[in-house]
Amino acid sequence: MRELLLCPPDHYGIEYEINPWMSRARGAEAALAQKQWKDLRATLSKLDCKIELVTPQPKLPDMVFTANAGLAVGKKFIPSNFRHKERAGEAPHFSRWMEEHGYQISWLPEDYYFEGEGDALFVGDALFCGYKFRSDIKSHRAVADILGCLVVSVELVDPRFYHLDTCFCPLPDGGAVWFPAAFDEYGQRAIREHIPELVDVVPEEAAHFSCNAIVLERDIVLPEGAPKLMTTLRERGYRCHELPMTEFLKAGGACKCLTMFLPQRGAMPNAH
Amino acid sequence: MFSETVELRGHIIDSLILPKVLDEILRAGGTFKIHQIKIGQQRVDQSFARIEVSGPTHETLDELVLRLRQHGAEVVEKADVQLASAPADGVFPANFYVTTNQQTFITLDGKEIEVRPAIMDSAIAVDSASQRATAVKFYEVRKGVKIVVGHQGIRVAPIQRSTARTEVFEFMSNVSIEQPKSAVIREMAREFKRARETGGKILVVTGPAVVHTGGAEHLERLIEWGYVDLLFAGNALAMRDIENVLFGQPRRMNLDRGSLDDEGHENHIRAINAMREAGSIARAVEIGVLQRGIMCSCVRHGVEFVLAGSIRDDGPLPDVITDAIEAQKAMREKITGVTIALMMGTMLHSLAVENLLPANVKTFCIDINPVSVSKLTERGRFQAVGLVTDVEAFLRELTDCLVKLDATTARDGAKT
Repeated sequence: MRELLLCPPDHYGIEYEINPWMSRARGAEAALAQKQWKDLRATLSKLDCKIELVTPQPKLPDMVFTANAGLAVGKKFIPSNFRHKERAGEAPHFSRWMEEHGYQISWLPEDYYFEGEGDALFVGDALFCGYKFRSDIKSHRAVADILGCLVVSVELVDPRFYHLDTCFCPLPDGGAVWFPAAFDEYGQRAIREHIPELVDVVPEEAAHFSCNAIVLERDIVLPEGAPKLMTTLRERGYRCHELPMTEFLKAGGACKCLTMFLPQRGAMPNAH
Repeated sequence: MFSETVELRGHIIDSLILPKVLDEILRAGGTFKIHQIKIGQQRVDQSFARIEVSGPTHETLDELVLRLRQHGAEVVEKADVQLASAPADGVFPANFYVTTNQQTFITLDGKEIEVRPAIMDSAIAVDSASQRATAVKFYEVRKGVKIVVGHQGIRVAPIQRSTARTEVFEFMSNVSIEQPKSAVIREMAREFKRARETGGKILVVTGPAVVHTGGAEHLERLIEWGYVDLLFAGNALAMRDIENVLFGQPRRMNLDRGSLDDEGHENHIRAINAMREAGSIARAVEIGVLQRGIMCSCVRHGVEFVLAGSIRDDGPLPDVITDAIEAQKAMREKITGVTIALMMGTMLHSLAVENLLPANVKTFCIDINPVSVSKLTERGRFQAVGLVTDVEAFLRELTDCLVKLDATTARDGAKT
């Protein structure tokens, strides 16, 4: 059974603009957002996930995107150092919750930006980390030191796909779903060298955040709007569960952004 | 070239960050030198690289380093140069750094500054307030001036040897009488043409041999065609040239008749007197006393000259600078922008000038004496070509080559 951390969207809304998706003029509908979030929670529960909730805080509307709380590996938790001051207030709430739940907290140096699972996803024992828009490559090195794992740093080049989890989604068979154009030439090469089985997402489906999916063994929960990707995934033996995510897309987030694995994987074998 | 040292750490091989950084440097017109590299042995081991990044300007380098920092490159703080005060006028402090003729930079307050000019056998005076580093000779230093001591914080950017196979420096580096002279002179002519077309200055250093051998008229032509921007010589060259013009008899030899004259030995003294009477060579040209010759051509074509005196001079001519230090200063002031130096038939004067030239100046040394050519070309200069030949024969061939080159260019131009 996978355990996931979620945060109810009680204070969710578009209150600032820190990515190209956000527009205060085009705010999210609170009731609809509540419904979409509850549907996600229900779907995950139905798929045998244990759901943990962190208490939402006023004036921290993006706390709903728990993928950016940090990165949990084994019993270690590396809290995020948010690049934007608008989100920096979330960190103490998440780290307190993790500490209370038995995680050992490893803070990164203050000037190393790192936005947690949003920019750090394991494929096997290699941690793929995105950098430039939110996380710094410097933080990747520190994360590798803390976890004792190989970190493959890839540069993100399309501001619409500002976190790694918006354009890259590892699969349990060692492959990954990705939108290649979100990466620079070297990032694309590094991903291709490490992951032979890649599923490319077409641009129009990538724009619906199709890569922002929650993968639970054979079940994949993803935002609606990706018929081609779903066909490919079904052919590979996955069950797809598509959900409307319109209100969260307005803030540049979808299914994966709304969840964080507790933990993403067990401790590294050679962790120190 | 300006440079910074950066360090990369992490999984820079698996992430292709190292090749990305190196490619980025090259794409920005920079160059790199990997000083240290340590590749992780195990999958989880991180790697390390220390790379010296160089760019043509401060701005290019800053911009480039800023981009590299985005990929995790960390700039290594540079150690500042160490300074000590000059203990007295004309004396450098102990352990002062002695310059080479190559482009040199010092680090001051963490920033690189170029030492100007690039001149050998000097010390580096530093003015922290104006952030200036100047190569200074003994006579230029005053008590209390800050001078660089030791080697810390100094970077020398060596001249890269040319890789173009067609360049004369590629195939000519040894001095030998058995050289394919025509081919070498043809390449030299191409260099002259290139310098003229690209705004490089050509300096000619010559002794009286150019007049004795009958090569003066060829040098005059070079001046007329705009292939000479600067002339460094001594009293003798100017004196023999003027004597030849006024009396037609340098050193009692009538060049037209090829015979000896009885009274010839006094003509050079009379020539000097004529110039002294006029006040200067330029004035002599102006009032019509001097109507042709090398010096006259220089005056007419605006070619600057510095005539440096020596202990054996007759006269000297009014234009000759008899104070050796003042003469050296005058030469140093004028060499900025020189890209080619042609040195003919004067070993000591050529050596003196060579000491003043930055390493990137291409030097052609022509002398009938192989020892002179060897001395001039074997001084660690990267771009020096020597030819053992008669000065007149050389100049004749050089001017012929230039005429042919111009004709070819004109023909090619007409075709297109």
